[in-house]
Amino acid sequence: MSTSFSSVFPLKRARAHEVCGESCLVFAAIMAGQATGPVVWVSERWRPVVNPEGLAPFCDPGRLLVTRADSQLNVLASAETALRSGAVGLVVAEIAGPIGLTEGRRLQLAAETGGTTALLLIPEGGGSNAAETRWHCTGFPIPAVPSQHGLPQHDPRENDHDSTRWRWSLIKNKIGTLSEWVVRWDAAARRVIVVSEAGS
Amino acid sequence: MQRRVVSLWFPRLAAERSLRANPVDAPFALTLFDRNSERVYDLCPRAEGAGLNRGMTLVHARSFCPGLLTRPADPKADQRFLHLLARWATRYCPWVGLDGPNGLFLDITGSAHLMGGEEPLLDDIRARLARAGLTARLGLASTPGTAWALARFAEGIAQPGENLTRIGPLPLTALRLADQTCTSLERLGIATISDLYNLPRATVARRYDPEVLRRLDQALGAIAEQISPLKEGLSFAVRMTLPEPVGLLDDVMAGAERLIGHLCERLDTAQKGARSLKLTFRRVDQENQSVELRLARPMRDGDRILTLFERGVSAIDAGYGIDMIRLEATQVEELGPRQLTPSQTLEKDSLADLITQLGNRIGLENILRFSPVDSHIPERSFKLVPAAYSMPVRTWPYRRPRPLRLFPPEPITGSGATPPGRFRWRGRALTTLQAEGPERITPAWWEGDDDWTRGLRDYWRVATGQGQRLWLFHTPQNPGWYVQGEFG
Repeated sequence: MSTSFSSVFPLKRARAHEVCGESCLVFAAIMAGQATGPVVWVSERWRPVVNPEGLAPFCDPGRLLVTRADSQLNVLASAETALRSGAVGLVVAEIAGPIGLTEGRRLQLAAETGGTTALLLIPEGGGSNAAETRWHCTGFPIPAVPSQHGLPQHDPRENDHDSTRWRWSLIKNKIGTLSEWVVRWDAAARRVIVVSEAGS
Repeated sequence: MQRRVVSLWFPRLAAERSLRANPVDAPFALTLFDRNSERVYDLCPRAEGAGLNRGMTLVHARSFCPGLLTRPADPKADQRFLHLLARWATRYCPWVGLDGPNGLFLDITGSAHLMGGEEPLLDDIRARLARAGLTARLGLASTPGTAWALARFAEGIAQPGENLTRIGPLPLTALRLADQTCTSLERLGIATISDLYNLPRATVARRYDPEVLRRLDQALGAIAEQISPLKEGLSFAVRMTLPEPVGLLDDVMAGAERLIGHLCERLDTAQKGARSLKLTFRRVDQENQSVELRLARPMRDGDRILTLFERGVSAIDAGYGIDMIRLEATQVEELGPRQLTPSQTLEKDSLADLITQLGNRIGLENILRFSPVDSHIPERSFKLVPAAYSMPVRTWPYRRPRPLRLFPPEPITGSGATPPGRFRWRGRALTTLQAEGPERITPAWWEGDDDWTRGLRDYWRVATGQGQRLWLFHTPQNPGWYVQGEFG
């Protein structure tokens, strides 16, 4: 029995989730679009801030509260405060270093207390064992159609916005099995569409 | 009731203010840059004894008195100090006005008996100011003009009706007249106030400035002269002194709760809301500990303010106990009464409380919101504004596909007008699988951005065989390829 996509995405509410990989920002942006209420986006000050123009197709940048902390400790503390308050729909925290079980568990408890979903953007292999699910996101390149000029062009059969595919792998799941999917973003319906069950 | 006015003159206010803060044992002067040179602004008696006077250049003063110590003058701070003294003087009477840069008028009508009479009152003022290290000259009379003249030229008390006899022998400058007028009167042999008084009024009025007779009449009480008290600033500060020191968190919080209640009542009357608050605890060993709270929205809701203070108060070290609590709203804003609709305000309030909580940990200026800017330059198309001082943007204008992360351009190797087939970026070898473009963006020359000195940019969205989707640009005017963003 394999896990169906709709049972794990959108992410389970009031839990802490983790996401890593090259396209983790897209995952976070899509989740921010699915959440209700304001979104707190915590990151350290040295990191360039997420570009609201890039965010606009996925979620309304006006709903974001960008929080710039000076250290990872303050990122975690701010995320915990925001989760516990229950005033927002989603808390996204960009975490630069590995976090331990204590930090992960604290966030998980805070998320449960406040009824707020937490999404941690972690470096690859840097998550904690307390997370409900962990995702790995990469781009999924599709072979190009060669054009007359020898210049690679995108497939003209596709609408230019929909040509992007991502491979989302569920690499940790507390309540089910692991799986992976190739997905695309449907801009008109503003939702994620599973293109194929990868591996099948 | 007969009006009684004290004129208080501080002949060395500036110098003594500076010496109070940092005493020196040498001739001392304050200097100020005026009329193209450094000049003596104010000085101590020892410097005056050495032959120095106000307004002489510093070079000149040094030649008289080589051991002279100087400091730069600060007239604004002197003014603030004088305001402070005016506030202090309200201990004698409720009506205190400023008089020039270094004097005060106290209208003590009906309040002299509180200090035991006029003579003891003046003695008390003199003693207290002497203890504070300030020289003061005092005059008491039934008009401000006479009191002023006495303070400057003949210290003492003029009983009602004695005005003319007391100021009669004084020079004309005691009438607060301009130097030029005094000089021209003195040339006619009119040296004292009684000389002026004995002249026929019509002649003086015809030949001189009307100011001369006006000042004379003011001194003698024929014309009324007002003393304008300082405007009382709205102060939102309350304090509580405890009979016995307390140390337990619950006790301290109970004290704070009572203070917050008082403060909120006061804010409510003034229709204001606190934007930042400071709670100070004085311990029995005279050490002060304070907790500051900056709020995301102006607020005067006692219960919510108390909960927001909890975290800060629990970090206070009570030592041997706290015997005084003071709460001050250091910043207030207008906050009118508003209609309460239960569901809407609850949500907004909890978000504002969250911003306050986060702001007290990492600074209110680090909690930001995006706000669109009308610019075609990608990195300038938005700005970040503090969330505590802005409202969320309702609709975001959608322009063109843009990467999720923008960074300063990073050069890659490549040539030609189309994206390179393979390139290295951040230490990885990448191959181009798809490319969309170009989208040409011209620099905003009027903004003078250093990043844009290479001229036009042709942007391409490139999908690599390794999974990244990057935002590359080519600069045709000064050939080169750069990566500026990641779509993720």
